[in-house]
Amino acid sequence: MATPTARSQPQQDATRAKSPARARRRSSRTNSAAGYLFVAPFTVVFVTMLVVPLLYAAYLSVFQTRLFGGTSFVGLNNYARALTDPQLGDGVRRVATFFVVQVPPMLLAAMVFALVLDGTTSRLAQVARLGIFLPYAVPSVVATLMWGYLYGPDFGPFAQLANYLSLPAPDFLDRDRMLVSLANIVFWEFTGYNMIIFYAALRSIPVELYEAAAVDGAGPVRVAWSIKLPALRPALLLALIFSVIGAFQLFNEPNLLASAAPSVISSSYTPNLYAYGLAFTGQQTNYAAAVSFLLGAVIFAASCLVLVVNRRRAS
Amino acid sequence: MTPNLRRGPARTAAAVLVLSVAAATAACSSGGDSDPSAAAGETDPGEAADVAVLSDDDITAAMETPTELTFWTWVTDIENEVALFEEKYPAIDVEVVNAGQGADEYTKLRTALTAGSGAPDVAQIEYQFIPSFTGADNLLDLRPYGAAELQDQFVDWTWSQVTGADGGVYAYPQDTGPMGMLYREDILSEAGIEPPTTWEEFATAAATLNESNPDVYLTNIASNDAGAWNGLMWQAGSKPFTEVDSDGTVGISLDDDASRKVADYWGGLVADGVVATDPDFTDQWYQGLSNGTYATWLTAAWGPLFLSTAAEGTSGKWRAAPLPQWEGEPVAGNWGGSTSAVMATTKNPIAAAKLAEFINTDPESTQMLANEQFLFPANLGVLEDPDFLAQELDFYGGQQVNQVFSDISATVDTDFTWSPFQDQVFSDWNDTVGTALVEADDVAAATEEWQSRVVDFAETQGFTPAQ
Repeated sequence: MATPTARSQPQQDATRAKSPARARRRSSRTNSAAGYLFVAPFTVVFVTMLVVPLLYAAYLSVFQTRLFGGTSFVGLNNYARALTDPQLGDGVRRVATFFVVQVPPMLLAAMVFALVLDGTTSRLAQVARLGIFLPYAVPSVVATLMWGYLYGPDFGPFAQLANYLSLPAPDFLDRDRMLVSLANIVFWEFTGYNMIIFYAALRSIPVELYEAAAVDGAGPVRVAWSIKLPALRPALLLALIFSVIGAFQLFNEPNLLASAAPSVISSSYTPNLYAYGLAFTGQQTNYAAAVSFLLGAVIFAASCLVLVVNRRRAS
Repeated sequence: MTPNLRRGPARTAAAVLVLSVAAATAACSSGGDSDPSAAAGETDPGEAADVAVLSDDDITAAMETPTELTFWTWVTDIENEVALFEEKYPAIDVEVVNAGQGADEYTKLRTALTAGSGAPDVAQIEYQFIPSFTGADNLLDLRPYGAAELQDQFVDWTWSQVTGADGGVYAYPQDTGPMGMLYREDILSEAGIEPPTTWEEFATAAATLNESNPDVYLTNIASNDAGAWNGLMWQAGSKPFTEVDSDGTVGISLDDDASRKVADYWGGLVADGVVATDPDFTDQWYQGLSNGTYATWLTAAWGPLFLSTAAEGTSGKWRAAPLPQWEGEPVAGNWGGSTSAVMATTKNPIAAAKLAEFINTDPESTQMLANEQFLFPANLGVLEDPDFLAQELDFYGGQQVNQVFSDISATVDTDFTWSPFQDQVFSDWNDTVGTALVEADDVAAATEEWQSRVVDFAETQGFTPAQ
């Protein structure tokens, strides 16, 4: 994003220097009109698809519609109820655990892949890069169905292998292992995506730095440690924030695995599943809106935490 | 009684009348009768309120006016029955839409009804969800369109299921699911077990069978299927709900004696490890039916044909029988089956009501539903048809399975009420009783947790739960 702005700056200066003052004013007015025109499509979609629904949800969240008794204004009651709702609390704790279990290995793996691929230039590296990225192109619903089959206690390949060796079949979907099984699916889906973010960051390191390092006699490990890793920092921050949002909004994977393990994945397994159930099973749209806003607040807080920790480390 | 406040004038009149009946009953029984609301709910549909029936001229005029209707249903190829309707009424054009099965459809339906546009004129709704739609005044009372006269055409208990406490008729029954037992004749006879006729025999048989072969279970009690469990509660005589009273009182007793009896019974079998608890309609479950892991399937009247395609390789090995009994006279519960209901939002109430009526009462249409879509009929014209009853199915060794389930249908307890928030009740069942079944926890204690969750929900929804 930085490059086009930097490039347009001198051009603008040049135009300005040539044109008389009045023309300059007019052209800047047309410029701004054109600017509005350019952002209009985005703004329209952004407002109608995001801002308006958000405001509507906020509006809904301060009312209560009962099956018996109609609709009434309840102020912040829905929020108060959500704050003490044990099912919501369990769900938030569960996705927080999921974040801790899932995100560090995924980002570490993505970083290692990116460093290795950045350091090699063979044809094989290109194939590997595509191969690692490919799972991200598989829709998460399809990925979960696929893993659901692999985890299957009867005809999954692991179960069949265990049967063949006369060992007890591993149950990947029981209460203790479910979170790890889910983490594995998400790991498979998103490692390649994060790798691409890191890889792009590495490619943007100026060649001069490498040349200088070579002159100073730095080997590949030293280059990775002193040049590449510091350069990855902003990309890592970005990936972390995406991961916070992804983890706390976990929905598709548990929703689909619930049919295979209904007793493990309850209707409130993750906060998003809970909100969905509230709105569409319990018809408590208002309360679901409040729960969603609280979840949004939790995600916002977690993202801020990541930023603050990062800034403190940096200074 | 409809708990929602938005009512049309006709409905208000009916409600006022029922209200006064309720008040009168309450006054009479103030001496200590514990449950006046239930008494009010029993008001005979025929006399609860006199609803003017439209004249034949009005109906004929409407049926000759070019009209477009939308019909949401998940019954495969029901277009053929609809074509019969369109043939009879050429002015009416019906668009059939499959909006998903069960919960999927209801979610879309509620969204459309809440949004105020996009809802169909006629929709397929299962019995247990009728009160949740009448509760929001979503369904049209079909009496002005001649529904009351058609009562005799339907199985008794189905008519009480589509009749509201205000006497309104809110749907036409289409198919039913009286519960019976399908069993593997070969597996049982090999183990020297007679098909159990009582739950006591069933428990003994479960232990014997599993002892002779630890890989075989007498049955699978699905840990994700509140509907099947509900059918077993229904058979045991549980009365989990009463009709909602005019002041919002609703009786909730999901942990009544009969419910706990069922829970204790299955909890015991699960704890002994002699029955399976796999989720049903999953790959593993289909496999279990095909490879003889489960020796019986406690299922509904729609089960026999379903099984014959789901476990094709086991043809000739299955037989049908009534459910094992607790004691006394044979009793059955119901699991599944659905109705055609007309949305209150329809702009063409006459044509829509006639479509729902035609599909489920026209002799040719009902025969097609039974013999082509294999829906177990709610219409007595088909259910008592000797040709239908005498069909011999090879999959069941030539047994007349329709006859078995037709006999069972007559033993279904007619007095069973659903809550106006049945999706929530079933969802809570999964999280409590269903989980206890898999974990082999105290299942009876789980019914208490189920009860308390549903009571909490009812309270947040403005009802007054009574136990």
